[in-house]
Amino acid sequence: MSVRRLDTTALIYLALLGVVAVGGIAVAADGGNLFSPANLGDMFTRTSLTGFLAIGMTLVILCRSLDLSVGYTAALSSLVAATTMDGQVANIPLGIAAVLLVSGLVGAANGAIVAYLGVNPFITTLGVGLIIKGYLDTQYRGPAGDVPRDFQRFGYDGIAHIPVSTLVMLAVAAAGIWFLRSTRTGHHMYAVGGNIDVARMSGIRTDRTLMTAHILCGMCAGLAGLLLASRFGTGSAEVYTNLYELDAIAAVVLGGTLLLGGRGGVAGTVAGVAILAVLDTVFNVLQVDPFAKDVLRGAIIIAAVAIYARRQIDRSARRPRFTAADAAPTPGRPA
Amino acid sequence: MSRLRSAAAALAGGGTGTVFALLIAIFAVVAAVNPGFFEAPSLMAFLKQAAPLVILAAGQYFVIVSGNFDLSVGALVGAQVVIAARLIDGEESRTLPVIGLMLLFGAAVGLANGLITTALKVQSFITTLGMLLVLYGAIRLWTGGAPTGSLSESFREAGRMGIENVPLLGQIPWALLIMLALGAGAVQLMRTRFGRVLIATGDNELATARSGGRVDTVRTTAFVLSGLSATVAGILIGGFAGVSAQVGEGMEFTVITAVVLGGVVLGGGQGSVVAAMGGALTLEALFTLFNQLALPASLRPSVQGAIIIAAVAYAARQRRLTSRKPQREARPLTATPS
Repeated sequence: MSVRRLDTTALIYLALLGVVAVGGIAVAADGGNLFSPANLGDMFTRTSLTGFLAIGMTLVILCRSLDLSVGYTAALSSLVAATTMDGQVANIPLGIAAVLLVSGLVGAANGAIVAYLGVNPFITTLGVGLIIKGYLDTQYRGPAGDVPRDFQRFGYDGIAHIPVSTLVMLAVAAAGIWFLRSTRTGHHMYAVGGNIDVARMSGIRTDRTLMTAHILCGMCAGLAGLLLASRFGTGSAEVYTNLYELDAIAAVVLGGTLLLGGRGGVAGTVAGVAILAVLDTVFNVLQVDPFAKDVLRGAIIIAAVAIYARRQIDRSARRPRFTAADAAPTPGRPA
Repeated sequence: MSRLRSAAAALAGGGTGTVFALLIAIFAVVAAVNPGFFEAPSLMAFLKQAAPLVILAAGQYFVIVSGNFDLSVGALVGAQVVIAARLIDGEESRTLPVIGLMLLFGAAVGLANGLITTALKVQSFITTLGMLLVLYGAIRLWTGGAPTGSLSESFREAGRMGIENVPLLGQIPWALLIMLALGAGAVQLMRTRFGRVLIATGDNELATARSGGRVDTVRTTAFVLSGLSATVAGILIGGFAGVSAQVGEGMEFTVITAVVLGGVVLGGGQGSVVAAMGGALTLEALFTLFNQLALPASLRPSVQGAIIIAAVAYAARQRRLTSRKPQREARPLTATPS
């Protein structure tokens, strides 16, 4: 297949560039500077939290699954981190390990229910999220634990205006891109998302692939929880009210990953996260009413997916199905 | 004997029978804990409170059985209550025109959801998630953050009052009558050509389209019906509980839980509207049971979460056991032709 059209990832990065340009001009017209250190810092900081969640979400969505529990997992993780560290610098490694263990276990529970009990992922992760919510509401009535100052630097320090948390997020994103492109399990995820029956009959252990995706998604939510803990200096159950899971799903879909699985990738997701962050910063600088932001965000998400859908229809209409040149299975190609 | 066995199979089969068996079991526990619950006044109060969720479940059923989701209903219920308070602003004379306007608005939101999903090929999950954000933001933008105005007495009649002094029963709430009328309407609707095409669409979109079913039309209609059900639910909830900024929050998940509890399969094509409404009643009965048992309210989400996972896992297992045909893949998010 000759690639005359831009692939989706290139398109989304062009869109990001466009959003940055238009945002920069709009802010400049208002007499400000979108690229001032303060604004850049704000922009980058916004990317890291949603970024962690969205990278994990990309993996499960690629497998045609979903995770609505990440917001609750992140809140739980922030509490685990803060209570384990309890103000002691020496406990920082233990706290991080505990968070990754707990969040990985939540992911494993999600994965096991989806893969082995055959429960729809929407219901599974909604249910697991509710279970965690009930636990948090019952057990923690306010902030708990204490994060040592050294660990708070994860949330506040920066290298050349780029916050450490953003650098960590980008490193995780790079690992995610490598994982999907170069490992066997990564390729299996595309296959499972493309058609789980065909994948199973081709000898892929679809159960294990789903489990892996969910465990990694849970651990990414754990990282987000660590970031929340370091920002707040304490663990907070209340953060789940921010509906981070919907933000993450929006970013993944904006990044060109198909909600039906099998197509997309982490690179696009990072751009999706960045677009949402740039928009948020621009709205903030321009002092747009926060409620108008919700309206715009909803409209943008719908519009983006409508555009992708249009492209998909065009492409499938034109592509000859079996040609000698087109031997590579397109749906399994990391975008 | 075989009849007994088939009856047992119907009750345990994860279908329509199961949810009502579950409902009866929960009622039995409630009765054991608090025998007074089954006296007419408290039973009527229960039904009055449950009516909005039952009506929402019927609306959501149409959307789910055709293979879609409607995540915007909670925000729509909230929006409708706020719109009513702002436009009526305590004036009795405005009640009816405003209710008419609300029905139009609900239908318009449903129509927008449906057209974006079918004509623009956006997955309904994203469409209605976007609509949720738009409604949430737009309503607060319009009112400046907090709801303004107030509802008229006649507006609140539907949610609060009923036919008084009925022998044996005391008060028959309007909400119950509205619920029964709409429920009967929904059952009738599913028996028409529309209903059959709707289920067929959820089961196999391509085959339905090839056999001449208007797939996009019925799906859009389903969204409009869901928007209308959210409007009616909004009128009842506004009447029952009054105006606040939090009305409807999280309701989309509660109602999807209810529909799924009724054995309706996400992804479409299976389940009945009666069972969906039964699922809503069961969920409300469960919340009542939590109250009776004096469980800490904060623990409710946990129990709710565990129950829906268990219910769906049970239904999935039953389907796997009963159907020998090749397992259809779980399709969580359909409505996009590949």
